[in-house]
Amino acid sequence: MRIPILKLHHYLLISIQTEMDDNTAIQFQEDLLDKIHKSGSTGVVIDLTSVDIIDSFIAKVLGDVVTMSDLMGAKVVLTGIQPAVAMTLIDLGIHMKNVPTALDLEQGLIKLHQELGV
Amino acid sequence: MKPQSCVNINKEWDIVGARQVGRDMAKKLGFGTVDQARIATAISELARNIYLYADSGQICFEVIENMQQQGICMTAIDTGPGIEDISQVMQDGYTTSGGLGAGLPGVKRLMDEFDLKSEEGKGTKIKAVKWLR
Repeated sequence: MRIPILKLHHYLLISIQTEMDDNTAIQFQEDLLDKIHKSGSTGVVIDLTSVDIIDSFIAKVLGDVVTMSDLMGAKVVLTGIQPAVAMTLIDLGIHMKNVPTALDLEQGLIKLHQELGV
Repeated sequence: MKPQSCVNINKEWDIVGARQVGRDMAKKLGFGTVDQARIATAISELARNIYLYADSGQICFEVIENMQQQGICMTAIDTGPGIEDISQVMQDGYTTSGGLGAGLPGVKRLMDEFDLKSEEGKGTKIKAVKWLR
């Protein structure tokens, strides 16, 4: 199973709508970095509105992909994290402090505009 | 005692299967969305531990009740290598797999009751309970 990555101008947009298993998450990590490389995108929004569980593994993959993209020169913003997911992550002891987030896709794009100064 | 259902953990996709079974059961029992997420996340951590460290095992779900309330009890059993130092694995950030080391201490915080028994060379049994409030 692969998560579709859409290109919009110099941004990449991803809406995760499937129940993510470990392989899907790892595959997504690879696909996204590859797509950033090929498209030269400078900003990425990963929307998690439809994700109703983030466990420690998925959290690590998401946190890593933000750092990896940053190394390549692309900013990633995670958007739409559900209340139940936020509460569960804190219970797990995962704070994702270095990960930029926004309430929804719209706010995420505004945040990217600000961070990239375009 | 009410009947229990068990999910075998042999492959990676079984982690997803186990948390779906647990979440459905939690939903039927009347748990709210936040507790459903807590239960599903705890199952995910337990199932991944089985998959990573013991290759195969089982997670069983059971509806339990005492005088005041109903709850869900899940038991994760494997016949893997066991845990040498339990106090170590219960520390936040301790990992031997390159993960975040959030799994077991996280499950303990997500659930109301947590019990871990392990014997080196024989396996591990973890019981975790969430009560319906």
